[in-house]
Amino acid sequence: MERPLTSNIYPDRPPLNLKEYEKAGGYIALRKACSGMSPAALQKLVQDSNLKGRGGAGFNTGIKWSLVPMGDEAPHPKYLIANADEMEPGTFKDRVLLEGNPHQLIEGMILAAYAIQADIAYVFLRWAYHEAAALLRKSIQEAYDAGYLGKDILGSGFHLDMHLHTGVGRYMCGEETALLNALEGKRATPRAKPPFPQVSGLFGKPTIVNNVETLCCIPHIVNNGADWFKGLSYSEDGGTKLYGVSGKVKKPGAWELPMGITMRELIEEHAGGMKSGFQLKGVLPGGASTDFLTVQHLDIKLDYKSVAAAGSRLGTGTMIVMDDGTCPVGFVHNLQHFFAQESCGWCTPCREGLPWVEKILLAMEKGEGRKEDLELLQMHTQLLGPGNTFCALAPGAMEPLQSALKYFRDDFEKHIDHKKCPYD
Amino acid sequence: MPTIYIDNKPFDVKTGKNLLEACLSLGLDLPYFCWHPAMGSIGACRQCAVKVFKDEEDTRGRIVMSCMEGVKDGLRVSINDETAKAFRSQVVEWLMTNHPHDCPVCDEGGSCHLQDMTVMTGHNYRRYEFKKRTYTNQYLGPLINHEMNRCIQCYRCVRFYKDYAGGKDLNVFSAHNHVYFGREKEGILQSPYSGNLAEVCPTGVFTDKTLKEHYTRKWDLTNAPSVCQHCSLGCNVIAGERYGQLRNIVNRYNGEVNGYFLCDKGRFGYEFVNSENRITQPLIRNQTIEATTHDKLIQHVGKLVSGHTLIGIGSPRASLESNYALLELVGKENFYQGIPDDLAYVEQKIVDVLQSGAIHTPSLKEIEQADAVLILGEDIWNTASVMALAVRQSVMKTAANHTTEQIPLPSWHDMAIKELVQETKGFLANMTVLPSQLDEIAATSMRAAPDDLARLGFAIAHILNPSLPEVPDAGEMINTQATIISKALQQAKHPVIITGTSCWSNALIRAAFDIAAALNGGLAFVLPECNSLGLAMMRAPSFDKAAAHVQQTTNTTAIILENDLYRCIPAIEADAFFSRCKNIIVLDTLHNRTTERAHVLIPAATFAEADGTFVNNEARAQRSSQVFMPANKVIRESFKWLSDIKALQTTAGNGHERHPDDLLLALENRFPQFAGINKVAPPHNFRIHGARIPRESHRYSGRTAITANMAVSEPKPLQDDDSSLSYTMEGYRGLPPAPLIPFFWSPGWNSGQSVNKYQQEVGGMLKGGDPGIRLFEQTTTLPTFYRDVPEAFVPRPDRWMLLPQYHLFGSGELSVYTAGIASLSSGPYISLSKQDAERSHVKDGDMVSVKTDGKTYTFPLSIQESLPDGIVLLPAGLRGMDALSWGSWVNISTEIV
Repeated sequence: MERPLTSNIYPDRPPLNLKEYEKAGGYIALRKACSGMSPAALQKLVQDSNLKGRGGAGFNTGIKWSLVPMGDEAPHPKYLIANADEMEPGTFKDRVLLEGNPHQLIEGMILAAYAIQADIAYVFLRWAYHEAAALLRKSIQEAYDAGYLGKDILGSGFHLDMHLHTGVGRYMCGEETALLNALEGKRATPRAKPPFPQVSGLFGKPTIVNNVETLCCIPHIVNNGADWFKGLSYSEDGGTKLYGVSGKVKKPGAWELPMGITMRELIEEHAGGMKSGFQLKGVLPGGASTDFLTVQHLDIKLDYKSVAAAGSRLGTGTMIVMDDGTCPVGFVHNLQHFFAQESCGWCTPCREGLPWVEKILLAMEKGEGRKEDLELLQMHTQLLGPGNTFCALAPGAMEPLQSALKYFRDDFEKHIDHKKCPYD
Repeated sequence: MPTIYIDNKPFDVKTGKNLLEACLSLGLDLPYFCWHPAMGSIGACRQCAVKVFKDEEDTRGRIVMSCMEGVKDGLRVSINDETAKAFRSQVVEWLMTNHPHDCPVCDEGGSCHLQDMTVMTGHNYRRYEFKKRTYTNQYLGPLINHEMNRCIQCYRCVRFYKDYAGGKDLNVFSAHNHVYFGREKEGILQSPYSGNLAEVCPTGVFTDKTLKEHYTRKWDLTNAPSVCQHCSLGCNVIAGERYGQLRNIVNRYNGEVNGYFLCDKGRFGYEFVNSENRITQPLIRNQTIEATTHDKLIQHVGKLVSGHTLIGIGSPRASLESNYALLELVGKENFYQGIPDDLAYVEQKIVDVLQSGAIHTPSLKEIEQADAVLILGEDIWNTASVMALAVRQSVMKTAANHTTEQIPLPSWHDMAIKELVQETKGFLANMTVLPSQLDEIAATSMRAAPDDLARLGFAIAHILNPSLPEVPDAGEMINTQATIISKALQQAKHPVIITGTSCWSNALIRAAFDIAAALNGGLAFVLPECNSLGLAMMRAPSFDKAAAHVQQTTNTTAIILENDLYRCIPAIEADAFFSRCKNIIVLDTLHNRTTERAHVLIPAATFAEADGTFVNNEARAQRSSQVFMPANKVIRESFKWLSDIKALQTTAGNGHERHPDDLLLALENRFPQFAGINKVAPPHNFRIHGARIPRESHRYSGRTAITANMAVSEPKPLQDDDSSLSYTMEGYRGLPPAPLIPFFWSPGWNSGQSVNKYQQEVGGMLKGGDPGIRLFEQTTTLPTFYRDVPEAFVPRPDRWMLLPQYHLFGSGELSVYTAGIASLSSGPYISLSKQDAERSHVKDGDMVSVKTDGKTYTFPLSIQESLPDGIVLLPAGLRGMDALSWGSWVNISTEIV
């Protein structure tokens, strides 16, 4: 089984430096691109590979790139941004890549920048990833020194500058347009789409924001071709995927596996199954903002389409397992506390609705819940839906709540009926 | 014109609008908060949700925010859809989770957009049972009150304050449901447009602090359409009265003039009407001051006017009616403008230019839409504040139009446009003596003496039209600037040149004219007072001529109309004038240095107590209506006093009282340049279905009790013979003609946002046309260029050129009667350039003396980095400050006193 993204990552030793990375085949893809591959050909290659955005939305990366204005008339500077703001609760896959092989990301970014003919690249890094920050700083410098960044990269006539930007720890910055505002030094509130960042992005210029894992796939696609990449997968979405499992499993962690393995295989084989004494009660398959799946869904394939068909989202592919000893109401309250706090305060439903939801759930936990509260919660799951709010934060927050109300309704009712948390 | 289907009914709507604008323009009710007609859409509040359907088959539809959805042909939308209604009601419930439930003690109550929208959505029952979020309020200065708990986070305040008006000290802080709108630290709001926060805020976070001093609900005010008295722009305002006191000023929308916004001087500078310094008794001064009655006064004045040489001194702040009544009384040949010769000369140039028909003078709206602006010598930030706001819009809109030519975005999509445009700006050249905040948005700025600015102007004109003379020895700075500016002006489709009288330089007017004429661009002027242009159009001689006249006679009775001569004429000259007059009759509203000289003092009505017509800087005549009749019957409109006196002269004395309509008609008949002015407002006998337009809302309370302390029976309503407005709650309840809108109200729309219902389309002109009659329009007349380039300004070794420095707060005669404005006014100081200060061995704060007009003025020095050498500035018009001979060369003494 090929593991292109993580084959050079070893938990027990420091990441590859530039020399070691080059020795392991690094920057060959960049040399290939720079020796005569046209930006259009690179875009086409990535489109054909069926690489889908690994940040959670699952949009075809090559198609996303193709919306950037190209040619002599295109506005400049254009920007390429690596979204390394990994703030989704329970998600730690990008961290593996950032700390494990920073040059892989840098090469992927240079290639992506080349494909859209960007002039400036930024890594927008989660504030808490101090180790990744240090590694990236060092690696970007190494890449400059080696001529992979800066003017006339590898004699191709292509110029690219790369900067590291560390955020201040707002979940909102994971949303690409809020990220752009934050990068401009403005409040991290989302922007309206359209216009899309490809047309009017950072500082009003054409911009692509890609997830770290997405960008890390690019060098391997360039090296090995679109068909090879598609062949890595068990499903129609191309490539491997970094899956993660947290919760009361025997071996929590992250693994690079073919896209489309089943949830059962991931939890039982790779994560070693549930710790003894605990039963699996629910799973958030792709981070805190995805709908619960339950035991009945264990055999679904973990790809974008199959998870969606089961009523949830693959999201980041890093799942949180909820066991039978954890109170679903408390669990969801914890999530809603997070989302209410991370709401940027721009639109009314999110700003005012989420704290209300959070307060209701806390009241339930304290045994102060009322029957009508279930209706209020239900109402919020409907009215904080996509389109009603400005961005996807509140709809995402409602996903675990609406599915918890569906699958674990009796838990909610017990809190109200018994006037206390039955798990206490 | 696209057709859209709203709840299955077809409507033709205007291209390029969003769905919310389209619905509101159709007169439909759709609630909103964050959208503002002048500021566009941001999609934050989610209040204006509607459902749109793909086609006729689609029954599910999807919720969209109508403010973020452009209209397109065939669009199917439902306002009444149950899901959309439920969502809109839910948005209000969410907003209300933290909102205080104390409308009765909130200043906004009764004119609150949040109240209106809450009622409109139908939300009424509270389900949120947890504690409310609370905030700490801030002290924001003497004009604006802050109550953050009422905030519904619509972001309008910061969008207006920062984005629209360029302020820096109001911001949004924190996040999630602790978003906070205020200053980093509490303190006085720095923007001169801060008062608009009270109107853009849809609830009671930002309210008018001056109103709080004598609070009255909107529905209890007696209102009238008024015109601002504090500068020459003639912004339309609504003034409200109760218990004989003027309580507040709010914006009166005029699409061509002020649009939605006022400056703080205009909004808050009304307290002079209520001042204790008002003249409340006719006085006949002999050895002792003697208060008298109306009849005795008239009798006495009759003696003074007969058998004496009569002269009249008019006023740039009095209405045309009063000025004309004075002219009629004293005779045209004895009527003088109460302004100095140098200023009168500059103003006459402006009238000549406008009357020639050779150029177009733009309205404020047209300035907003200009795509290149050159300011030549006028400090509009201080002398015409709302024009500075219009210039800012031009700079922003030009940038937006330019960038959206490449990437098409609808003009209402404020959020996307700001992201795309970023820091790009349209072209503004701010060429002035002193720096101002406009430099921040200017593409180029220059500081020079007025004559050098005029030379720059002529240099630009020469590039635009090489047949115009070259500027000899122009120098590198002028040549470089002229090249940059002429290029930008040539590329523009709607260039505007702005100049004015504040430098007292007619060279500037001539240079600006030559540029505008060479370009066929707009030329806007700024004048000193609210009726400066109206008075100048009467083409009467200046004060200096009156002074010369009294030198030759010993038997003069001078009648001085609403004009404190000591504010514009140096004291020596004013004293000399008065000492030559045998009798001095003064009509005015407030005691001042001129009224002290009066032998007969006549209490005049302020703008709020009088009808009157004023001509603004674009020669737009506008009617300001009486807001209330003073209980004190001897306070009367000057034109009425003057007509009474006039009646004494004529043996006929038929007792026919003269209305503003009659006076305007007579004015127009006498001076063709005023042709059409009697159409400025419907005549006093105008009625709709036999009814007058009420100044009071139908909810006006206390009518039967308001005078019960004097008599228990309800008094007869006051009779207004001068206008078609009534002093009652009864009357025509539909839309009045635009010049007669006493207040904005519509069923379900109690706040000022009801202006939507008075407009042909939201943000467009008022139904029936925006008020005002433009007296001069461009004709086919070919321009006669001035071509007279002045000599370069050369600093003199031991003398400085004395020029005025203006302050929005402080330079005005009347506005400083508002305590808040007085407290924000600057004290007197003297400004010199950095180099001149160094040469004179003085530093900031040292006392410096200027000798001029027979006196020595000693004030602290304020060094102005960029001021040209050879110039000394003194603040103009500060209370207690004499009028000086601006433009003259003066001595400076720097010896420490």
